[in-house]
Amino acid sequence: MSDFFVNVDWTEIVRACGDTLTMLGASLALTVLFGLPLGVLLFLTGRGQLLANRAAHAALALVVNLLRSVPFIILLIVMIPVTLLLVGTSLGVAGAIPPLVVGAAPFFARLVETALREVDRGVIEATQAMGATPRQLVFGTLLPEATPGILAGVTVTAVALVSYTAMAGVVGAGGLGDLAVRFGYQRFQTDVMVVTVALLLVLVQILQTVGDRLVAHFSRR
Amino acid sequence: MTEASLKSPPDAIVFADVRKAFAGRSGEVAALDGVSLSVRQGEVFGVIGRSGAGKSTLVRLINRLERPTGGRVLVGGQDVGALDAAGLRALRRRIGMIFQHFGLLSSKTVADNVAYPLKLEGELSRREIAARVAELLARVGLSDHARKYPAQLSGGQKQRVGIARALATRPDILLCDEATSALDPETTREILQLVAGLNRELGLTVVLITHEMEVVRQVCDRVCVLDAGRVAETGPVADVFLVPQHPTTRAMVSEAEHLEDEAADLSAAPGRIVRLTYRGEAAYRPLLGQVARETGVDFSILSGRVARIKDTPYGQLTLSLEGGDVEGALARFRAADVQVEAVR
Repeated sequence: MSDFFVNVDWTEIVRACGDTLTMLGASLALTVLFGLPLGVLLFLTGRGQLLANRAAHAALALVVNLLRSVPFIILLIVMIPVTLLLVGTSLGVAGAIPPLVVGAAPFFARLVETALREVDRGVIEATQAMGATPRQLVFGTLLPEATPGILAGVTVTAVALVSYTAMAGVVGAGGLGDLAVRFGYQRFQTDVMVVTVALLLVLVQILQTVGDRLVAHFSRR
Repeated sequence: MTEASLKSPPDAIVFADVRKAFAGRSGEVAALDGVSLSVRQGEVFGVIGRSGAGKSTLVRLINRLERPTGGRVLVGGQDVGALDAAGLRALRRRIGMIFQHFGLLSSKTVADNVAYPLKLEGELSRREIAARVAELLARVGLSDHARKYPAQLSGGQKQRVGIARALATRPDILLCDEATSALDPETTREILQLVAGLNRELGLTVVLITHEMEVVRQVCDRVCVLDAGRVAETGPVADVFLVPQHPTTRAMVSEAEHLEDEAADLSAAPGRIVRLTYRGEAAYRPLLGQVARETGVDFSILSGRVARIKDTPYGQLTLSLEGGDVEGALARFRAADVQVEAVR
């Protein structure tokens, strides 16, 4: 057994786990912070909605689609000057977070938009008929009613971020994915590959299970 | 102004030549095409029509969920179209609304749904809101369900929550948009009784949209029949129901009452054929027998309906009359407040 794991440096693995979790936690929090309002705006400016505005919606949609169509590995490189400006370094875990957020926030915004579209039109109309302000409509009706859908979106985004972090090794951010690429793939150390992939699988499983539980908890239908 | 118009209650809602067109695939489609009507304060006003007649559009213009493309809608003398955002919100708080699919928030409990309009209004403290919610839930008979979520309730219970919520801000107008169309007949009756009670006890003006004649018959004082975006006829329910003028109204009444095509049956009947219509007190008098005895006329009932419109009993009978003094009999009926219509 220990013969098989001959190449595995367990302290390295523990550090990589820490890096992955740090990147995931920080970028997920920031993705939700920026993506949620963006998704709400996408929804509200959409056709037939409260703030329907074709030009504003088209502009937002263009930005979102642009960011979503750039492959993440390219985004990492292109973002370097911006990252330097934002966090003072383009390297390491800190340097990986801005590109992760910029890559994931538009994706999450679309998921939020979709979740909001699922809110029963009759409920929106009933809220308007009660004399709600647009702000009250968003915070009192839309977001609470879309909470299960938004939580499902957070779960999907978190899992996507796990695979994005694997590429963050390009800017020296480390993490489990980076370990898998550098040792497992480039140096043919299959044992390292197996351990890192197994750990990533466990992480994804945990994220999905927690996400599903939260969705179930907030679903009252 | 005549004395009569001085006495009648003021108009709560007025439609003046209201038009509403929607952009369709092949140009504009007129949902409402020059509608004028008025709803009196404190009455239950029905709007009936087939699907696509423009009923829902009409009711949604009252609280400006839709804006007219022409004409004016006045609520309490105020031009709804001229209101700014704050004015519109204030108006909407004076108008409760219930919906076919209830429009309840699935993420909030029954109590929180009912409290929601009060929270939006932001004028009452939490304790005052809790007290008001308890009072409203008691009124609609749902005190035991306060902490449930809408998904745990039956259709009738959901609509009761809808009604409690619509009443929360003490509105003086209640709009019902096909509020019973998703409910079974028994539950429909219960909900209509609740609405009729609110109209009586709170003096609430009710505008009720429906495609079912039966709903109109049970609760409405006056009714407007919409046909392809125009008013076919408006009047007291008994008039529209018993003596329909417009072909659409006639067709809808026949369907609701399961009236057969009379002409076919009548050809075989002997003697004079007349239709008698009576309502109110006249319904209780043993008139047919009396008149038959006094005038020596024999009668047979060819078809008929006897029921109630809201609280008024009515009857409408098609008779064939033979022998004796037929003219005298008809005169006796007319003298007793029975409407006589010669069929053949």
